[in-house]
Amino acid sequence: MTMRFPIGLQRALLCLAILLAPLAAGTLRADDIMPPAPYAYRQLDDPALEAKAQRLMESIRCLTCQSQSIADSDASLAGDMRSQIRERIAAGEEPEAIRTWLVERYGDYITYAPRVTSLTWPLFAAPLAFLALAALLLRKRFGFGRPGADRTDGGGAA
Amino acid sequence: MSSTGPSDTGPLAPARRWTMWLPLALFALFVALVAYGLLWPASKEVPSRFVGQALPEFDLPPAAAGRPGLKRSDLADGKPRLLNVFASWCIPCAVESPQLARLAAAGIEIDGVAVRDRKADLAGFLERNGNPYRRIGADDRSIVQVGIGSSGVPETYLIDGRGVIRYQHIGEIRPEHIPLLLDKLKEAGL
Repeated sequence: MTMRFPIGLQRALLCLAILLAPLAAGTLRADDIMPPAPYAYRQLDDPALEAKAQRLMESIRCLTCQSQSIADSDASLAGDMRSQIRERIAAGEEPEAIRTWLVERYGDYITYAPRVTSLTWPLFAAPLAFLALAALLLRKRFGFGRPGADRTDGGGAA
Repeated sequence: MSSTGPSDTGPLAPARRWTMWLPLALFALFVALVAYGLLWPASKEVPSRFVGQALPEFDLPPAAAGRPGLKRSDLADGKPRLLNVFASWCIPCAVESPQLARLAAAGIEIDGVAVRDRKADLAGFLERNGNPYRRIGADDRSIVQVGIGSSGVPETYLIDGRGVIRYQHIGEIRPEHIPLLLDKLKEAGL
């Protein structure tokens, strides 16, 4: 009664079953199946406002998929946040005001555009410090500004 | 570079000997840093910065039959309580339901915010896991969730009698968390 397949075919069928399992288990995924919020996947009619919203959404971190922006993520919470942002921009709010509003709730973690704070200032200061250091070292090496200390002209008047 | 007899400027001169090990030491430091990151990964939890702040204004419609909806003024009636952010599609939410039932049985008022949930699914969830909630608001578009800085489900907020968030518990409430929650409720004036 039991069907017998050659071992190679059995393996192939097993692989196929494993590959197709997520499709069959679509109803079991641990996420909601509510229809998305109105502006989660719909752009604003005004291109200028949509561009504003898009710039903000690209720099707001998704809380579910933490290395994506909410513009990139299909997580439901990201969709809801996109919709909220588009609706607020359409109502005339400024993107930076919305960013501040989000930072008040989730901290600096939510934004991909870091602010200068007592904690983050070394991030901004370090490149400047390295540039200054490099300038100092190069200055020494090329001997700028030290007319008496040129090494190539050893045979000149003493 | 010139080989004019023995000199102390060669590759093994005392002054340079230790610098030979510098790249290896830096590499070891790097490996240690990576190992530390792998063995003790940073927490992925995003705590709400809204702890200590008053709840924002909101008014959610009822999410389940037999329970009223939830608005801000319900949560500022002079008595501290728990606000449980949950959903029927969330597995850990079912795990914490015995603990919520115990807290409710101990006289703690628990209100619920059902996030992006369908009425039928929620009814089934409450039937399977019990219903410790006095009120359940339907937050179909994550307005309240984002409004209080919640980044997932389940999360439980302790709200004092003036409607101020006093404490946030991220993830499911396990039996060992109950004493801490009761302490925090007492601190909030229960």
